[in-house]
Amino acid sequence: MRDVAVIGVGMQKWGELWEKSLRDIFTESAMLAIDDAGVDHIDSMYVGCMTSGLFVGQEHLGSLLADYLGVAPIPALRVESACASGGAAFRQAYFDVASGANDIVLASGVEKMTDVDGAGATYALSTAADAEYEVYHGITFPGLYALLAVAHMHAYGTTREQLAEVSVKNHKNGAKNPLAQYPFEVTVDQVLNSVMIADPLTILDCSPITDGAAGAILCPLDMAKDLSHKAPVKILSSAHATDSIALHSRQDLTWLSAVAKAGEVAYKGAGLTPADIDFVEVHDCFTIAEIAVIEALGFFEKGKGGTGAPSGETAMGGRIPVNPSGGLKSKGHPVGATGIAQIVETVKQLRGDAGERQVEGAKVGMTQNMGGTGGSCVAHILGKV
Amino acid sequence: MSTSAKYWRGIPQRYRLEAEKCTDCGAQFFPPRVVCSGCGGREFEEIKLDDRGKLLTYTVIRVGPSEFCEQTPYAMGIVELEGGVRMTGQIADVDFDDLEVGLPIKIEFRKIREEGEAGILCYGYKFVPDK
Ligand SMILES: [Zn+2]
Repeated sequence: MRDVAVIGVGMQKWGELWEKSLRDIFTESAMLAIDDAGVDHIDSMYVGCMTSGLFVGQEHLGSLLADYLGVAPIPALRVESACASGGAAFRQAYFDVASGANDIVLASGVEKMTDVDGAGATYALSTAADAEYEVYHGITFPGLYALLAVAHMHAYGTTREQLAEVSVKNHKNGAKNPLAQYPFEVTVDQVLNSVMIADPLTILDCSPITDGAAGAILCPLDMAKDLSHKAPVKILSSAHATDSIALHSRQDLTWLSAVAKAGEVAYKGAGLTPADIDFVEVHDCFTIAEIAVIEALGFFEKGKGGTGAPSGETAMGGRIPVNPSGGLKSKGHPVGATGIAQIVETVKQLRGDAGERQVEGAKVGMTQNMGGTGGSCVAHILGKV
Repeated sequence: MSTSAKYWRGIPQRYRLEAEKCTDCGAQFFPPRVVCSGCGGREFEEIKLDDRGKLLTYTVIRVGPSEFCEQTPYAMGIVELEGGVRMTGQIADVDFDDLEVGLPIKIEFRKIREEGEAGILCYGYKFVPDK
């Protein structure tokens, strides 16, 4: 296997992009990544997308988007693992380059979520859960994470305020990210008093509905200097793990075992431990998700994740900054694009290009992208060369 | 709109709580599986689940999917039955203030939802407090 580098990243401002179609937002972000790398062609491409079929009535994305990017007839493939589709697409691009099959590969992600109404979006997202034994009975994604939250609060004494602090911290970071959908700060009181969605989670515990896309250009590390003038960022390890998609099938309802497994494989692949990671972009689709993930990745003891935000340990300048980009909460969560946006942020941080939200002296960054309630998880560790 | 096949296929589980037990390691599965995820065994015996258990976690859905919009707010939870099988479902006939981890639950057969206009009536199990 060849060593692989990221030499270009691209992302436009996310939000409710009424005037733009799925193919528009994909192409804009892909062009930004290609221009950032400074390459004159790509050899193949992967598109992470959870459910364009339900959101815009379009499948067969690989070919459609290769055509609109003007790169057909190169191989182009859509990759799906629910909300981890972007991370999974990045991993396929990594293998494509590492194996020697292709040299310059685009890893991208896209989701156009606002062409359906709220109920339509709730339904489309619910297909990441068990259709016959969870969704049939009326559960929603906020509902599933609420079940996880109540179990975590009961088992470990995690408090309602600790959940709110995650949202406050991520909005504080996102307020410094010009590409974020909701770049403003919120207070604990605002989180607690916003509209209840699924007890105990309010709307400010939930990541939003977002239109957005992101892209990254990968190439062999030893070709990076010839292909691009940008400082290459090396992919130190790539990991993927699965678990039951039905939350109720897990022995411990509070423990995300696919996240723990992906983390373990990623650390081993990079020869590192959690203490070596300078910052991490995690999948905070709901505030409780960030708490459970930072435990599973080994940054906090099991049951202690709730202390991360209130103590300042996960804040910028803290022991392990979590979600410098603002996370899914503030930056937005166009599901298939999220895993690639985590890579975009990580590359910017490792290049020292993150502006006001730069993690000082960052050399190693990690990304964690999960599908459903943790039925799939993709993790990557990237390092400054 | 779905055809009725996917509903009648689920009747043994949704109406009668039919499950199965691996004859090699004894693991119980609801719904039934083809391969035991515990030991890889392929032989199973049919069992009927106990209709009593306890609530492991719960929530109240305030914003529901389209087919459940008219029912909101409604309580949902994960229940562990006496044999160890766990399932997700709605909690009916409960005052939200009485929801708590460990609440004794009895399973009852109820209407779950109606699929669309003139659509299929979907039945299945719901949880009620076991007083
Ligand atoms: Zn078995």
